[in-house]
Amino acid sequence: MVNDLNRRTFLAGTTAAALAAAAPAYALSEAEARKLVDTVVGEINRVISAGKSEAATIRDFEKLFAKYADVPTMARYALGNDGRSASASQHRAFAEAFQGYLARKYGKQFRDFIGGRIEFRSSREIRSGYEIQSTAFLQGQEPVNVTFLVSDRSGSDKLYNIFVEGVNLLLTERTEIGAMLDNRRGNIDQLISDLRTTG
Amino acid sequence: MSLNCHNTRIPCKRPLGFADNMPSYSTDQIRRIAPLSLSLFRQATGRIALALTAALFISACATSQDVATRSNGINDPYESTNRSIHAFNKGLDRNLVRPVAKGYGAVVPVEMRDLVNNFSENLSTPGYVVNSLLQGDFRSAGVSLTRFLMNTTIGIGGLVDAAGELNIPSRETDFGETLAVWGSGEGAYIELPVFGPSTQRDAVGLVVDFFTNPLTIYTIDDDPERYVPPTALAASVLNDREKFSRQIDSVLYESEDSYAQARQIYLQNRRFELGDDQADAADPYEDIYGE
Repeated sequence: MVNDLNRRTFLAGTTAAALAAAAPAYALSEAEARKLVDTVVGEINRVISAGKSEAATIRDFEKLFAKYADVPTMARYALGNDGRSASASQHRAFAEAFQGYLARKYGKQFRDFIGGRIEFRSSREIRSGYEIQSTAFLQGQEPVNVTFLVSDRSGSDKLYNIFVEGVNLLLTERTEIGAMLDNRRGNIDQLISDLRTTG
Repeated sequence: MSLNCHNTRIPCKRPLGFADNMPSYSTDQIRRIAPLSLSLFRQATGRIALALTAALFISACATSQDVATRSNGINDPYESTNRSIHAFNKGLDRNLVRPVAKGYGAVVPVEMRDLVNNFSENLSTPGYVVNSLLQGDFRSAGVSLTRFLMNTTIGIGGLVDAAGELNIPSRETDFGETLAVWGSGEGAYIELPVFGPSTQRDAVGLVVDFFTNPLTIYTIDDDPERYVPPTALAASVLNDREKFSRQIDSVLYESEDSYAQARQIYLQNRRFELGDDQADAADPYEDIYGE
């Protein structure tokens, strides 16, 4: 098993290296994408192991999220077609509310990650950047497949999506935000103000 | 090509084992349960052939519809019926499954609950063998057969995942996946009463697996021990409900549209299990700048 993993990691590494050599100059390299994910995973582990209160942990998560994720793009995607009529200031306000909402919603589950670890599996180039595949080993659970997507299309290297066992955060949240908008008859300002306390 | 955890992104699962604090059980219990698994397997084989023949007919007519009719990749023409069933399922969870699972989790220690899960999982393994064979995945069929034989013998009738401890991970599969390998389309999304989110293809798979699973086959016969397998299955469902309660509660009770969330999550996860590549499916950069 250990040998198998090493072999796969090695193969993935060499394949990626070959691809990188052949691919046209991309500002973001596979190594940089992987480094970003390593940094983020390390920072998340640090926040979890700090053992602060839930509220403080969630605040720390929000800071990480703001720093390492392309929040404006993610928020714009979550707002979907309904966002086309939104003004620039509404987009900014929504992105800010969305960032807090995600930190609260997913930060609450941080206890599940205590004592867990994430192992890098492989990476490959995708349309807007790189896909980093990893396996999360959580206590008392079967290994979980976690995929990070990284892009530099915002101007700097940022995370823009996460898949857990195939379930992707952006699409899931677009569905939820869409439902919230429907329940508010498309009133974006109402949505923004409610989202500030949701999650 | 066959789909398995080595050539897709499906993780090679390593189920929970007996590394820590194994509770003790009487030798009398062991003697009763160990031969049970083997006799279940023998009884099952006869019905499997019959069920498969039936399945060929069902699957031929049930899942011809494939193309997602909506731009978001979701084909849900029965949405209003599905929503009624979802409301029923939610009531069932709120009033029965969730509280009972909480009680089960509070009363029975986790080590004991995991033994029951192992036992139930072991009874499903012959079904994995059959489906792997039908998918032409002989390697996975061999692994599942090995796992079943090992866990039934040195794993004390399946209570202990001995094979998993020896790094022979489960190759879980089902007839829905077999149908997918055979080229059958996903069909419409449907939410089944009690069973929850599904598709037409997976619903057919569920029926076929019901008849090929010794766990359920056994319950049809009149025998004093017939209540053991379904009880183990029910207990393992409760254990899973308790183990993932935070995530399940978040979808069912914290979403503003739990039906749409459950549908979205089920379809994404199921397509992922069947080897779909979704990395570019929700690309926010294309979505925003491309249109």
